[in-house]
Amino acid sequence: MQQDLVHAIRSNPKYHELVSKRSKFAWTLAAVMLVIYYGFILIIAFDKEFLAQSLWTGSVTTVGIPVGVGVILSAFLLTGIYVFRANAEFDRLTNEIKEEVL
Amino acid sequence: MKLWRSALTVAALSLVAGVALAAGGDMGEVKKQAVNVPAIVMFLAFVSATLGITYWAAQRTKTAKDFYAAGGGITGFQNGLAIAGDYMSAASFLGISGLVFINGYDGLIYSVGWLVGWPIIMFLIAEQLRNLGKYTYADVVSYRFQRVPMRTMAATGSLIVVILYLIGQMVGAGKLIQVLFGLDYIYAVILVGILIILYVTFGGMLATTWVQIIKACLLLGGATIIAISAWYMASDGTFSLEKLFQKAVEISPKKDAVMKPGALVTNPVEAISLGLALMFGTAGLPHIMMRFFTVPNATQARKSVFYATGFIGYFYILTIMIGFSAIVLLTTNPEFLDAAGKLKGGQNMAAVQLSAAVGGDFLLGFISAVAFATILAVVSGLTLAGASAISHDLYANVFAHGNVDEQQEVRISKMATVALGIIAILLGIAFEKQNIAYLVGLTFAVAASANFPILITSVFWSKMTTKGALLGGWLGLISSTLFVILGPTVWTDVLKFGDPIFPYKNPALFSMTISFLGIIIGSLMDNSENGKQECAAYEAQDVRCQTGIGAEGAASH
Repeated sequence: MQQDLVHAIRSNPKYHELVSKRSKFAWTLAAVMLVIYYGFILIIAFDKEFLAQSLWTGSVTTVGIPVGVGVILSAFLLTGIYVFRANAEFDRLTNEIKEEVL
Repeated sequence: MKLWRSALTVAALSLVAGVALAAGGDMGEVKKQAVNVPAIVMFLAFVSATLGITYWAAQRTKTAKDFYAAGGGITGFQNGLAIAGDYMSAASFLGISGLVFINGYDGLIYSVGWLVGWPIIMFLIAEQLRNLGKYTYADVVSYRFQRVPMRTMAATGSLIVVILYLIGQMVGAGKLIQVLFGLDYIYAVILVGILIILYVTFGGMLATTWVQIIKACLLLGGATIIAISAWYMASDGTFSLEKLFQKAVEISPKKDAVMKPGALVTNPVEAISLGLALMFGTAGLPHIMMRFFTVPNATQARKSVFYATGFIGYFYILTIMIGFSAIVLLTTNPEFLDAAGKLKGGQNMAAVQLSAAVGGDFLLGFISAVAFATILAVVSGLTLAGASAISHDLYANVFAHGNVDEQQEVRISKMATVALGIIAILLGIAFEKQNIAYLVGLTFAVAASANFPILITSVFWSKMTTKGALLGGWLGLISSTLFVILGPTVWTDVLKFGDPIFPYKNPALFSMTISFLGIIIGSLMDNSENGKQECAAYEAQDVRCQTGIGAEGAASH
């Protein structure tokens, strides 16, 4: 890429807005996924009884079932949240930057 | 086209010969699996359809961009299905349902680990790969670094992961086909090898993509039919989850333990280390990373991961349902048990036997054909990724220093595909009787410790230099391999050398740390002029990575 183009983009305030918003959002969501997954694993490692208890009085279904399925759904939801914002807000910002500098 | 027609004829003939030989060989043998006619009919239908697609794709595959990246014109939704098709292996379908069938809840815990890598791919690498790369992930990690050593390392990492993954797939394929179709192991392995050579050499990424899409639809469709009908039958027609679990607890020899976490996670270090390997190893698989170059832009790359995560998550939920229903419908049904009261064909056959229990021979045939299709799709993706590492990274960029004719590069790639297909067949034969359970762990450990760290730091860390990347990348590769060899799975179980030297089965926690430390220390200590230039080049790389300006677009035709 041309050095002057790089300079033009880097001095555009919208570029800084895009970079800081996206990296904050992406790393936050990545951290949320790590916390959810390792939370689940550490509960299993240190407190199996929590997941083994009945979901309601007398039920065979344990708390572990909705928690486990919840971890699976959370992965899907988190990617959905990211796409929803990125394909609207981040792509709009990117297109505005392109229009201004190219 | 002449070559293509004769290749097709050879394939058709060898297919018929293989089936006929197996059928003949079976007559006199004692209780090997009977030849499954509906399965073979449906499998032949799948093979003809995919060979038809390959023919169609071959006419549209002219340039290097067509061959490696399907011209960059795949949509996000299609790519999402293809990624799911690339990632959902027969091993995970049969393995996880079998694990739930035997251990219940532990199977669920295990399956979760295979999904959580996908959000990480979405947030940290999908659009970055798309914006910086062209055909392989080595494009990204050599973007601002010295081409020859970086490409060599990235291609080595790719090839090691591809070969390890291939061994597991080929051995699994041979055994599965033996059980399902009554076809001899060796014919099964050769058949898989021939078919993937045809798909990839003639149809390139376009044919591979459509094979993966069709397979994903078949697998998701087939698993949905089994899961819903089995759930209906196992819950006495109520579709009540509680009822299903009640009957599972009643019938399972493990009783209410099937609803609780068992022995899978006992050692937290082991669990954390395995989690790291699965999470970041997924993001370091070359055949998965390659899929992001088939879409036109970052927007579509994101959509692909979203759809892929949805399909894969849904698939694991189906697999878990299948496992619990199998407990209810198979555990006490003599039709599916051997003399010792165990499931015929072993625990990994739970999903297959369940399909027979709910849908008779027809559904059994369908699921068997789907399982074979699944293997073909995964192996094609792997072979294409391996061939690209050889032709695009090693040949074009390392040996020829970038001065290479595009058509020549594609020719080399096709030769590499044929070579890899043959290697896959030979490895499949060599490892038939080996214990290969450790291979999956090793593959993900290497991907997480060698490929992932250099990828992520090259994108996010401005101070990384070639020296640091090489130090960290090679250390990650060597340490993860060494720890697996010195660990309990290989040192003790496979080699029988007694107590392991490295105490953990899953080395990723340690080898990833070593790799990142290597990158950081190597880069910070690098005072060379080259290193300074590489740090300065980060700005331009980052601008392209963030905005996609200057990135490879879709081909115009």
